[in-house]
Amino acid sequence: MAIRVEGLVKRFGTFIALDGVSLNVPDGELTALLGPSGSGKSTLLRIIAGLETPDEGTVWLGDRDVTRVPPQQRGIGFVFQHYAPFKHMTVRDNVAFGLTIRKRPKAEIERRVTELLQLVQIEQFGDRYPAQLSGGQRQRMALARALAVEPEVLLLDEPFGALDARVRKELRAWLRRLHDETHVTTVFVTHDQEEAMDVADTIVVMDKGRIEQVGSPRNLYEHPANEFVMSFVGPVTRVDQGWVRPHDLDILMEPHESAVEAMIERVVYLGFEVRVELVRTDGSHVWAQVPREQAEELELERGQIVYVRPGRARVFSEE
Amino acid sequence: MTAVATRVSGQPQPVVSNARSARATKYIVRFVALGYLLLLLALPVMMVFYKTFEQGIEPVLKALSRPGFQHAFWMTLTITAIVVPINTVFGVITALAMVRREFRGKALLNALIDLPFALSPIIIGLSLILVWGKYGWFGPALEGIGFQVIFAMPGMVLATIFVSLPFVVREVMPVLREVGTDQEEAAYTLGASDWRAFWRVTLPSIRWGVAYGIILTTARSLGEFGAVTIVSGRITGKTETLTLHVEERIDSFDFVGAYTASLVLALMAITVLLVMQLFESGRLRRKGHDGHPG
Repeated sequence: MAIRVEGLVKRFGTFIALDGVSLNVPDGELTALLGPSGSGKSTLLRIIAGLETPDEGTVWLGDRDVTRVPPQQRGIGFVFQHYAPFKHMTVRDNVAFGLTIRKRPKAEIERRVTELLQLVQIEQFGDRYPAQLSGGQRQRMALARALAVEPEVLLLDEPFGALDARVRKELRAWLRRLHDETHVTTVFVTHDQEEAMDVADTIVVMDKGRIEQVGSPRNLYEHPANEFVMSFVGPVTRVDQGWVRPHDLDILMEPHESAVEAMIERVVYLGFEVRVELVRTDGSHVWAQVPREQAEELELERGQIVYVRPGRARVFSEE
Repeated sequence: MTAVATRVSGQPQPVVSNARSARATKYIVRFVALGYLLLLLALPVMMVFYKTFEQGIEPVLKALSRPGFQHAFWMTLTITAIVVPINTVFGVITALAMVRREFRGKALLNALIDLPFALSPIIIGLSLILVWGKYGWFGPALEGIGFQVIFAMPGMVLATIFVSLPFVVREVMPVLREVGTDQEEAAYTLGASDWRAFWRVTLPSIRWGVAYGIILTTARSLGEFGAVTIVSGRITGKTETLTLHVEERIDSFDFVGAYTASLVLALMAITVLLVMQLFESGRLRRKGHDGHPG
């Protein structure tokens, strides 16, 4: 089911969490709301869910205006950042909650819960309590619980934020696969650009209660609309007035008309790539990302004088 | 945590004298704490027990069969049975309002809740007479329709409600805060109405706070003396609770009767405390079983 919001404004006291936000999420897409903390991304998600009411603006799910509809009647599934498990219920009862509320027949609930626990791969923990699960397992349980009521929209608030890096990667891939199978319209909030790029079809970049840009991961990376988007989506280094992706910064051994002299301060080996930190003659610092082979070929080392040339610098006019 | 680790690894302190003085300190602390409790709490209660049976079982049985005692006993139980549910229901509602809602005058209400703790019970009794008594605000109108509040059971119930009002509120509020709104919101998104979310999610997660509050309310209701003295009129066989009965027996120089009633009160209170202990150890066991919180 498609999601559409228009002109959303939300204030908490004097703080403006959302400052006129309009957005279309097409049916069946997986969208990431990406932004730093305080950018309003979670507030937007909670307004779509009905957990917050906007001060101004409208929310549509499909062609239904749900702005004043309580969360119970929106047909959504919501996964909370800290999973919000019902601590006094077993894993099975947690997952069954939505179905029990809907008074489905017992046999059907049993069958569906087993199915869901298998789907999220925690079927062996059905009789445990949430406190006896690991973070990743709890998150899977929360997902199964949200999916149990067959929502038309799945909303996830920083779903992987509290997990360690390995589990996070695993669950990310799993969420992507799940979405490819079910095609439920999914929106998730994250402050991790890598996560957004990895999972989402479309990324909505937010800052200070406004949407900065909406686009595919590649589109945002290659054609950022402004300085904020460029620096938030992918690494950047500043050269004079422009911004450059560090892998677009060429290191030359000989002087060149568009290159500037710089001294290597530090060479950091990060597996496949090498990070070269430089200080230019005017005292400004830049850094470049070069493949390992190239770094070895050029025999880059600390104290060396080289010439750096920004390959594809972008200058954004101040707004 | 440290204490447990030390015990498990078998006192690994390398310096013997250090360990010895630590152990000495431990025993001194234990001795002082126990001695203090014994002297001030256990000894007087034990004295009541001893004094009750000093002249054998016969006078005790006689005291127990006295109509004045039996009436007082049932009066105390009845008042407690009325007060505890009322204060539990309204206590939970008040706690929910205080923690989950924003409204004008919240700070004032918060202070007001503690008023029964701050005010002397005597003053509470007097103020009730001023409102409900013969010359009070509501008293004359109620007496007009044949409903007497002061010097009757309703007044005693009111007084007991007043003095035991803060317990459930104060026990439940911090638990509600700690539990947060996440689970309730999750219940809403899964289709639960406010009412069902309360019964299926909120209440189970605050149940220990509620239980604790109920136990404290019960103990206070059983033992209330000051406010009830004022509003009851102390009519033996009519408006006398167990605490009042104890004093009435002392005034009549029937010491065995007074000790017997005291002992019954003490036993009731101890039962309540034991129930609380049971709850507590049950909760601790569960916590330990659950492992890490979250």
